Amino acid sequence: MSNFASLTRMRIQLALRNKMFFFFSVVFPLGMFFLYAGIFAKGNPRVVSFFLGPVISLNVMGSFWGLSAMLVTFREQGILRRFHVTPVTSTDMLASSILANYLLTLPTVFIELLFARVIFHVANLGDLLSLFVLVTVGTVAFASLGLVVASVTNTMQETQVLNQLLWLPLIFLSGATLPIAFLPKVAQRVAVFLPATYLVAGLQNAMYSSFPVWKLLTQILSLFFWTVLTFFVAAQLFRWEPESKIPRNAKLWALATALPFFLLGVWENKNGQILTQAQAAYRSLDQPAKSDHPPKTQQPGSDSPSMRTLPPSKKDAQPQP
Amino acid sequence: MPEPILQVDNLVKHYGDVQAVRGVSFTVDEGEVFGLLGPNGAGKTTTVEILEGLRNPDGGFVRVCGFDPQINSRELKHEIGAALQSTALPDKLRVMEALRLFASFYKRRRDPEDLLRRFGLEEKRNTYYSQLSGGQKQRLALAMALLSDPRVLFFDEPTAGLDPQVRREIYDIIEELRREKKTILMTTHYIEEAERLCDRVAIVDHGKVIALGSPRELKQRSGGKTRIEVKLARPAANGALRNLEGVVDAREMDGTYVLQTQRPPQAIVSLVKHLEAEGNELVSLEIATPSLEDVFIEMTGRRLRD
Repeated sequence: MSNFASLTRMRIQLALRNKMFFFFSVVFPLGMFFLYAGIFAKGNPRVVSFFLGPVISLNVMGSFWGLSAMLVTFREQGILRRFHVTPVTSTDMLASSILANYLLTLPTVFIELLFARVIFHVANLGDLLSLFVLVTVGTVAFASLGLVVASVTNTMQETQVLNQLLWLPLIFLSGATLPIAFLPKVAQRVAVFLPATYLVAGLQNAMYSSFPVWKLLTQILSLFFWTVLTFFVAAQLFRWEPESKIPRNAKLWALATALPFFLLGVWENKNGQILTQAQAAYRSLDQPAKSDHPPKTQQPGSDSPSMRTLPPSKKDAQPQP
Repeated sequence: MPEPILQVDNLVKHYGDVQAVRGVSFTVDEGEVFGLLGPNGAGKTTTVEILEGLRNPDGGFVRVCGFDPQINSRELKHEIGAALQSTALPDKLRVMEALRLFASFYKRRRDPEDLLRRFGLEEKRNTYYSQLSGGQKQRLALAMALLSDPRVLFFDEPTAGLDPQVRREIYDIIEELRREKKTILMTTHYIEEAERLCDRVAIVDHGKVIALGSPRELKQRSGGKTRIEVKLARPAANGALRNLEGVVDAREMDGTYVLQTQRPPQAIVSLVKHLEAEGNELVSLEIATPSLEDVFIEMTGRRLRD
């Protein structure tokens, strides 16, 4: 326990001295926040509240960048070896980076909430317990994913390529950047195979629709189960030595982390709860007050009847002159 | 007789097809400074890393402080201290933070403040690791090895890549530890280092121990012969040089002729006479006092440093 605590402390110290960390964990998320709240939502509190979930989920998912990069750097430079000749275990190493990352993510989330309240006058921040649970499980989940990435890659370059390959679908297909209801039907069907989709949907439901924890069990439990599996895989594949080879079955292990959301995705495609909820939330933006002026790019066309069942196609969503 | 603190018997390790360690055996007693001397790639580091519990052997028997590193690696790590080769600390970790952090890992520990003072790092207390010089990094590495108040210290190439002055600083530190009767297993490819610091030395080549004993014993094994190294204007026949009066052995290595003699003045006189008669000339001549290098040359026909 004491090793774990002192390593966590070291990680936090190092992160706070790292300019890259500052950029990716503070500047970038807050930049996204102002982009969404100020420009896309035009400061409209209801729309800002709608985008809070996606914005915070970007912040939460960002974990895996920094963590994978740091672990690979530590291994490449022979820093991990130095810890290996001490009584520190691989679990100490991995768990401390996850906890440190979590503790470092919370303040930014808090600042985003504060800004939403103070600058954009979002009166209702939703169900805070749900928010807290989802931020916690989400941060740990994506941090664990980062640790798996670090274990199946050998060099920083490989790590960054794999991070990019994961990051793009995670942010573009999950509703984190574009509302999921706004995506083509095919993309929506793919989206439900991604863990990010459940995080975004969960956070959005918690904040915009004030869902209590018990109405978000699918999202919370699936992410939690995925976290346990991902962390277990990361611990199995952990390597101290820069030149030690990736075990042959590593790719199978890494694929195993996709399994829970593959199964859930199949089920969701049949029973479609996540998607219906997302569409309902998205439609509700338009309903009560026409004076709200949702952003043009997000405007779901006119009141065409198809809107009830189908997400808007690109054509519908084109800005009107 | 107490049991040796380090026991290595017929240790074997290969990486794929490469046999890094091929049956290494030695023991180290408590309070002894033991050196593994050999060229790069001889298997010294692999041997040490197996003892530290960083790598698993493919065969043989190993005990460190009574523990099998493969089985009791956790307990073992509380008993040892190590300065590794090719390692680093995070760039933005400060010296004192590193000492405190690593001290926190051990059941038994030394006061980081004492070590900071002892290793002359007080002024560097708040300096980032990345801003230390090579010598300071190495002093920090040695200080960190002592944090656990270890029963055995492992120093893997403690002076590699350091300039001569810094190297002497490190020698002073190790000599002090030797006076304190610390048990140290160190590796080196510097003859001078092994002769000066070690109570006993195992000369290692191609994964095998080819000679073992105190530096004095090993040197006597080469019969107290002096080595004369000459470069000649034109090649000479080895046989001719070997038959010179006073010369015991002669061989050619990379264009240099290495003569072994027990009577250097006589050997030089006869060499010069021989060259005059042949119309050959001396380009350079060096007389080396007997050292472990001679043992290595005798056993392998190669120089220690290629």
